[in-house]
Amino acid sequence: MSVTYVDAIREAQETLLREDPRVFLYGQDISKFGGAFKATKGLAEAFPGRVLDSPISEDAMIGMAVGAAIEGMRPIVEMQFADFSSVAFNQIVNQAATHYYRTGVPVPLTVRLPSGGTPGSGPFHSQSMEAIYAHYPGLVVVTPATVADAYHMLIDAVAMDDPVVYCEHKFLYRWLKAPRINGDGLPIGKARITRPGKHATVVAYSAMVHEAVRAAERLRDEGGWEIEVVDLRSVKPLDMDTVLASVSRTGRLLALGEAFPWGGVTAEVVARVCAEGFHLLDAPPRRLNSRDTPVPYHPKLWAAHRPTPESICIALRELLSF
Amino acid sequence: MDREYVRDMFRAMLKARLLESKLSSLYKAGKIVGGVYLGKGQEAVSAALGASLVKGRDIFAPLIRDQAGRTAFGEPLIDCTRTYLGSVLGPMKGRDGNIHRGRPLDGMPAMISHLGAQVPLVGGMLMARRLKGCLDGVVGATCVGDGATSTGAFHEGVNMVAVERLPMVVVVSNNQFAYSTPNDRQFACEDLLDRAKGYGLGGHAVDGTDPLACARVIGRAVALARGGAGPQMVVARLLRLSGHGEHDDGSYVPGDLRGSSLGRDCLENGIVQMIDAGFSTVEEIEAWQLEYADEVQAAVAQAQQEPTPDPWHEDWRACSVELGGKAI
Repeated sequence: MSVTYVDAIREAQETLLREDPRVFLYGQDISKFGGAFKATKGLAEAFPGRVLDSPISEDAMIGMAVGAAIEGMRPIVEMQFADFSSVAFNQIVNQAATHYYRTGVPVPLTVRLPSGGTPGSGPFHSQSMEAIYAHYPGLVVVTPATVADAYHMLIDAVAMDDPVVYCEHKFLYRWLKAPRINGDGLPIGKARITRPGKHATVVAYSAMVHEAVRAAERLRDEGGWEIEVVDLRSVKPLDMDTVLASVSRTGRLLALGEAFPWGGVTAEVVARVCAEGFHLLDAPPRRLNSRDTPVPYHPKLWAAHRPTPESICIALRELLSF
Repeated sequence: MDREYVRDMFRAMLKARLLESKLSSLYKAGKIVGGVYLGKGQEAVSAALGASLVKGRDIFAPLIRDQAGRTAFGEPLIDCTRTYLGSVLGPMKGRDGNIHRGRPLDGMPAMISHLGAQVPLVGGMLMARRLKGCLDGVVGATCVGDGATSTGAFHEGVNMVAVERLPMVVVVSNNQFAYSTPNDRQFACEDLLDRAKGYGLGGHAVDGTDPLACARVIGRAVALARGGAGPQMVVARLLRLSGHGEHDDGSYVPGDLRGSSLGRDCLENGIVQMIDAGFSTVEEIEAWQLEYADEVQAAVAQAQQEPTPDPWHEDWRACSVELGGKAI
């Protein structure tokens, strides 16, 4: 038996529903149907009245959840795809994110965003929205890359009094498996050294952690390079202590992300490393993101749109040869 | 009609008018930073709603022109003057201003500027009560204008509230102008009330310049929602008797509209109605005016003497929790 990434998300929600009467789930097709990705399969039957189908109204879904959170509930909203959260943007960034600062009343809301590309999913079912939400004060944004993190970070997100945008990667849903849900006890806000190394640091998050590990293995086989991979786990807050400690060991930084290249998490990481650890760098830091177009539909185009082990190796070789 | 309900409503109308006249003067004297937004001409609608709700049990999400409803619901005047004048002791501590204030834990959420957004928010507060098993006898209400009915948020929210069949009342004050945009550039349906049927809400029309009609119709809509008849929509026809804000002279409002029945002052109407119906007397109303003018004066004076926010001591944190000992 093994547990997939989406199983872990389902398990976490089952645990939360069982242990916390304040928790309820709200989203499109999540009740009897079990969700577009089956992340809520069986939960409506197990917890009657607490797994609720919403109309196709992303704005109202978040507005509703904020209201329920103010009243002491712990709603988890499933956006069917992260892309559709653009319709809920106003409620997320203006209602939920500003509420604590304006009124002193926190909003314990968790928004699940099925994020990132999969072959054939195209421009409107593939987006990575983490940087958009991380930009706004008042939001916590997490990007689990492992089965255990998918589970534990969802539990931790719901336990937080503040709104959390939980970015779960669709490509990892069934591909990523673990024998069981283990955990290393890292809290939200702490990055993890996924693979230790000494020649260069790759800072990644979500599905790109796995691509970075693949690239690191190739470079080890190719030339004995030891590439350190840092999994940010949460993009807000950013664990700069772990990032800077890694860069101090390696002297070289590649910031890697699947999102669009303008601005975003990789730009933030590079900017902060330059500002806070310029003296640690032996080479100009690099960024690698998706291409600057909408996410294409065709699998061949899609595979070349996002960073791949090949493109990551190219970036790393240039970084290592500086 | 319940005598105490009408008297509560009228007193809130009167108090709100006196307070807002003072706010207007303060703005014109340069004592208020940012905007001042009045509910002049809309007090009857707003107060009829606020007075029909019970603070501590019901939920009221006021919007831009709801000073009267806030007062009727039980918001103290000092919350208003502190927020307008930037007192750090107010509910928003200088972090937000003017009508963007509330006390969410007392059932009065603080509006954001984005119109229609409070509709699903109130729906969610009611959903929480339902999930907790304490929805019985509770009503949630919010107010919008004609302009807000054009937003996607309004549509999504009203539809969701109807799907969930929540005990909610949405009061639409059609004051003919959304800022400067007249109805004929805002919507193309014959009457906004027709939308109630489309959404599956009970629909009620009322002359917003007629306080007793407002009391009857809005009071009934609230009673229906409270009694389990599902969500209700009230559409009130009236005219905004001020600009959008005090920076705006409203010169785009045609004179013949001002002179029409829509432009009647609900407060003047209300004084006549209160006396004619035997709900009050000239002497009593004059006494209220004096009492409330003093109350307004005291609330302004107190807020003016209070400390304003100190950026050096401001808690510049947007999240309530810290992670790893650091602010997020």
